[in-house]
Amino acid sequence: MATLSTQPVSPQPVADGLTPPKGAKRPKGFTLGRTLRYAVLILFLLIVLIPVYVLLVTSFKGPGDAAPARAWDLPQNWTFDNWETAWDALAPAIWRTVQMVVPSALIAALLGSVNGFVLARWRFRGANLVFTLILFGMFIPYQAVIIPLNELVLDLDLPSGIPTLILLHVVFGIPITTLIFRNYYQTVPHELIEAARIDGAGMLRTYASVILPISVPSFVVVLIWQFTSAWNDFLFAVFFSSSQNGPVTLALNNLANGALLQNYGVSMAGALFASLPTLVVYIVLGKYFIGGLMSGSVKS
Amino acid sequence: MTKALKRAGAPLLLLAPSLILVGIFVYGLIAVNFGTSATDIHTAAQTTGREPSGTVWFDNYLDLLGSEAFQHSLKNLLLYTVLFLAGTLLIGFVWAWLLESPIKGEGIFRAVYLFPMAVSFVASGVVWRWLLNSGQDESATGLNRLFQMVGLDFMQNNWWNNVDYGITAIAIPAIWQLSGYVMALFLAGFRGIPYELREAARVDGATTWQLYRHVLFPQLSPIALSALIIIGHMSLKSFDLIMSISKPANYQTKVPAVDMYIFKSSFDYANAAAVGSILLVIVALVVVPYLIRTNRKEK
Repeated sequence: MATLSTQPVSPQPVADGLTPPKGAKRPKGFTLGRTLRYAVLILFLLIVLIPVYVLLVTSFKGPGDAAPARAWDLPQNWTFDNWETAWDALAPAIWRTVQMVVPSALIAALLGSVNGFVLARWRFRGANLVFTLILFGMFIPYQAVIIPLNELVLDLDLPSGIPTLILLHVVFGIPITTLIFRNYYQTVPHELIEAARIDGAGMLRTYASVILPISVPSFVVVLIWQFTSAWNDFLFAVFFSSSQNGPVTLALNNLANGALLQNYGVSMAGALFASLPTLVVYIVLGKYFIGGLMSGSVKS
Repeated sequence: MTKALKRAGAPLLLLAPSLILVGIFVYGLIAVNFGTSATDIHTAAQTTGREPSGTVWFDNYLDLLGSEAFQHSLKNLLLYTVLFLAGTLLIGFVWAWLLESPIKGEGIFRAVYLFPMAVSFVASGVVWRWLLNSGQDESATGLNRLFQMVGLDFMQNNWWNNVDYGITAIAIPAIWQLSGYVMALFLAGFRGIPYELREAARVDGATTWQLYRHVLFPQLSPIALSALIIIGHMSLKSFDLIMSISKPANYQTKVPAVDMYIFKSSFDYANAAAVGSILLVIVALVVVPYLIRTNRKEK
C-alpha cells in the first residue's frame, strides 16, 4: 500500500536565476576589454555607494561640523550623539513595526500558499480568470481605494495604527503571495499529487501532508518579500496611523522633516536605523530576496 | 451540473477568504471610490455628514483636468516617468551586460548595485534630500558641493526647486534605487539563454558584437517589456520619495499621488477620490493589456 510520503520528490528549489550557466568559463589573463569592463563596473560601484558614505559620515558629525564647505569631509570630532538621539526617537516605532510586520507577513503567506495550491494544482473552470483578478490587486494604485478605505476603517471601528495596518498589509499582500506560491507549485511533479489522490486524500489532506512540507523555500521568499514591503511602506502608514502609533517610516519622516531645526546628522542616523533590518535580511538571505524580486515580475 | 459545482466547490471554499478580502478591498472600494468622486464632498462638514452633499457626476474630473495646477501634476508625472524608465532601463541593462559573461567579483558588484532596493524610499529620501540641496557656491552642500570639488562648477543647479523641470531631480534617487532591480531582471534573462546558442554562433564565426546584436539581445525583449511595466507602474504611483525629499507642499514637484494626499488632508474627499480614480485609469491602461497577454501566453 502506498503511503502519502513514499516519494521524496521535491520541486525545483527557488533559484534566483542569476548564477552563471554551466558551460560558461571565466577567461584568464588581462585584456584591454576586461580591464575596461572592470574600470566601468568599479566606477558605477563608487557612484552607487555615494549616499552610503554621506549617511555614515554625517551620522557621526556633531553640530559644529555642519559647515557646508566641509560637507564631504570626515567628521572633525566623531560623536555618537546623533545615534543616541535617533534611537530614542525611533525605538518605539521600530518595536511597533515589528509587531505589524510579523503577523501580517505570516497571515499573507499562509493565505497565498492556499491560493497558490488551489490555482496551480486543483484547477477549476475560470481558475485563470480568478487568478488574474487577484493579481490585479498588486498593480492598483492604492490611492484609488484610500478614501473609501478610510470610511470603512472608521465604520468597522478598527483601532488606528498597527492593527489597521496589519489588516491592510495582509489584504494587499495576497496578490503577490498567491503569485509566488502558484508559480512554485506549478513545478511540483504531477505524480506527487496523483499519488495522494489515488490514496484517497482530499484537497485539504493533499495540501497539508504533501504540499505544505515542500513549501519551505517558497515560504522563505514570500516572508522576506512581505517583511520588506511592509517594513518599507509609507503610503498606508501616512494615511492610517499617526506619529504616536505609526511604524518606523512615518516616525523617520517626522524626524527628518520635523518643524524643528533640521539636524541632518540625526536624520541620517535615523535613516540607518530604519533600514538596518531590511538590509540585514538582504545581506543574510540575499538569494531569497532576489527570488522574491524575480517573482514580482509576473513571469512564470 | 451538480458535479461541476461539486468540483469547483472545494477549491472555491479554500479561496473564499482571499476572494472576499480582495473583492471587498480592491473591487468594492474602487467602486465606492468612483461613487465618492462623483459627489461634491469638498469640506470637513460634508465629510462628517453635518452638511448635505449632492451628486455632481463628472464635474470634479472636468474641473481637475481643466485646472492649471493638476495639469502641472500630470506633466510632472509624465516627465518623471520618462526619465525614471529611461534611466533604470538603460543603466540596468548596461550593468547586466557588463556582468553577463563571468567575471571575478560578480557577486560583489551585483550585491552593491542591488542593495538600494532593500531600503525604503523614506530612508533614501533623507540622504537624497541632502544630496539634492539647492544651495550653491558658498552654501553648497550635497552634489553641488561635490561638483565644485571636482571642478565642475557649471553643473551646480537648484535641483528640484526648478518649477518646470524640478521633478526630474527626484527621478535621480528613484533611478539609484531601482536600476539594480532592472539589472537583476536582465541578468536573469541573459543567464536563461541556453549556452549552446552562443557556441553555435561562435562556430558559425560570429564576432562578439554580432553574437549580442543578433542572438542575445533579441531574446531579452520579453524581459524589457516586464521591466517597462513594473517600473512604469511604480513610477505612476510614486509618492514616498517626493514626500520625503521635497515635502508635499511644494508646487514644483507635485504629482497626482501627492495631490490626492493634500486633498484628503483638507477633507476634500470628492477631489481626492477623483484623483485616485484618474491614477487607477492610467495604471490600468498600462497593466490590464499586460496581464491579459501574460495570462494568454501561459496556456
